[in-house]
Amino acid sequence: MACLSAPDRPSRVALTPAEWLGRAFAIVLLVAFALFFVVPLIWLLIAPTKTDRELLLDAPLAFGSLTTLADNWRALMTFQSGLIWTWIVNSAVYCSAALLITLVTSIPAGYALALTEFRGRQTLLAVTLVVMLVPGTALVLPIFLELSAVHLIGNPLAAILPFSFFPFGVYLTYIYFSTALSKDLLDAARIDGAGELQVFARIAMPLATPVVALVAFFNFTGNWNNYFLPYVTLPGRKSPIQVGLAELLSNVPAFNPTNAASTTISLSSLALATLIAVAPVMIVFLFAQRFLVTGLTAGGVKE
Amino acid sequence: MSIRPDPAASPARGGLRQSADHRSSIERAQRRLGLAFVSLYSLFLLAFGIFPLLYAIYLAFTKRGAFAGLTNFAKIFRDYRFLPAVEHVGLYLVVWLAGLVVLVVVLALIIHAIGTRWLSTGLRFLYYIPGALAGASSVMLWLFVLDPTVSPVSFVLHALGLNNFVEAMQSNRLPVVLAVIAFWTGAGGWIVVMYGALNNISRELIEAARVDGAGPIRTAWSIQIPLLRKWIAYMVVLSFAGGTQLFVEPRVLSQASRGVVSQDYSLNQLAFLYAFKQSDFNGSAAISLVLLVVALILSVLFVFRGGLFERT
Repeated sequence: MACLSAPDRPSRVALTPAEWLGRAFAIVLLVAFALFFVVPLIWLLIAPTKTDRELLLDAPLAFGSLTTLADNWRALMTFQSGLIWTWIVNSAVYCSAALLITLVTSIPAGYALALTEFRGRQTLLAVTLVVMLVPGTALVLPIFLELSAVHLIGNPLAAILPFSFFPFGVYLTYIYFSTALSKDLLDAARIDGAGELQVFARIAMPLATPVVALVAFFNFTGNWNNYFLPYVTLPGRKSPIQVGLAELLSNVPAFNPTNAASTTISLSSLALATLIAVAPVMIVFLFAQRFLVTGLTAGGVKE
Repeated sequence: MSIRPDPAASPARGGLRQSADHRSSIERAQRRLGLAFVSLYSLFLLAFGIFPLLYAIYLAFTKRGAFAGLTNFAKIFRDYRFLPAVEHVGLYLVVWLAGLVVLVVVLALIIHAIGTRWLSTGLRFLYYIPGALAGASSVMLWLFVLDPTVSPVSFVLHALGLNNFVEAMQSNRLPVVLAVIAFWTGAGGWIVVMYGALNNISRELIEAARVDGAGPIRTAWSIQIPLLRKWIAYMVVLSFAGGTQLFVEPRVLSQASRGVVSQDYSLNQLAFLYAFKQSDFNGSAAISLVLLVVALILSVLFVFRGGLFERT
């Protein structure tokens, strides 16, 4: 494996047969998995340019035509008079409202946990860690029961508020501030007469851009892709796009032949809808590409 | 972190007395700010972390508002759908976790060994992108991939003896199918995490092993993997806890396969049916609580024993 590279070894040393085999095995594995991860995505990019017939008969990775893409687009947009846009707008509203609240709550909390002393600090930190590791879905039904007890089901707040509870963001901020800022630096500012709020606003915040971006990234992408919670708390037209997507599925005759509804969705329109649903997160991924691959994301893959 | 800075260590300005006053007033201000800063977050923690848990406990142990002891639990354990659901989730976890640990570690080691920078970065990014499709959209895409009539890899499916979508959804294949989907969306993220952890292993250590004659496999087995242990444990704990929560995947597959995948395939689906089909919130809370307790135990053990959060 190390034989793949060895940048500091004198190059062009003849390979033993075992090394050669090892290298070949490694390359085959890397290529095979690259295909595994990428081929479905390429297919998804191509499928909306085809008719259902072409999807079935043509080579799977052959491009259809732009006219077909336009047709599929129109068909999708006219489905229940543009319901898909309602879902997209819902997602955008829920996720951005939640993002705002998350930043306002978790950045100061992480700062306080890292750099100030108050009673209950250790407990709050421990509880945050534990809750952070509990999968979000574990609390969905209890949260549903709670929200239904206060009659919030169907209200946008039923997504926005739970989406804004983001212990992982608090943890990230806590780690960031406790490693990137020293108490001495803050003390120096205090001795110069800066008040506590000024210390936060003038010294900590200007240095916090990376962690704000990180928290925003995980919060937004996680919420955009969240299915279970809004599925139970925001049914029907209030749904975000992920829930809507699954809803579309029941209007695809190929999957539900018993469905006699007059408005149906073709397979290629469903593929197009999937593509539209993931587009915002894809775009965020492309922009965040540089930091995503460095390993800073440790733990960010929590569902 | 809990040790206060020693007052004597910092240069005192003005008289000693004055400086002590000043310091304690700073400490008071800090306490106030600290509390103010965590207050909003603490509200959310109470409302969407602690309270739902307490409410689930309350519901699970009551029936129509009266204390019911363990009857709700007895009922769900006796439910003919409960054990099969446990078995489904268990099988899926075994397949998925085994595949995840082996493949993620091997792929991360290989990618880490690549000397060409753009290649290593590019591969990590390629492996990571499917993460953008977490949730319903990945299952939606895999519906197509697993349908031999439209799949881009229909030759693979045919080679495996799958000639139509329903065959691919047979219950004995489902744990593997679900594991493949989960791996496709989640593995890239973990590969990147492991890669980051591998970067933290000192070069001298690896160099010393090579001087001592260790080949790449020996180095990986005796040095790199043992040093990754904490991270592997982290991955297993999070994935296990997340995996027990299986919901979206079987739910969408069930919808798409005309019931070939049953509606009560996983435990969370069963909890969902209790709440929404049978209007039995107590039974639903009991199932949720069982799952939640598993996740909590794992999480507490890991936070206090796992060694990854030592700084606290």
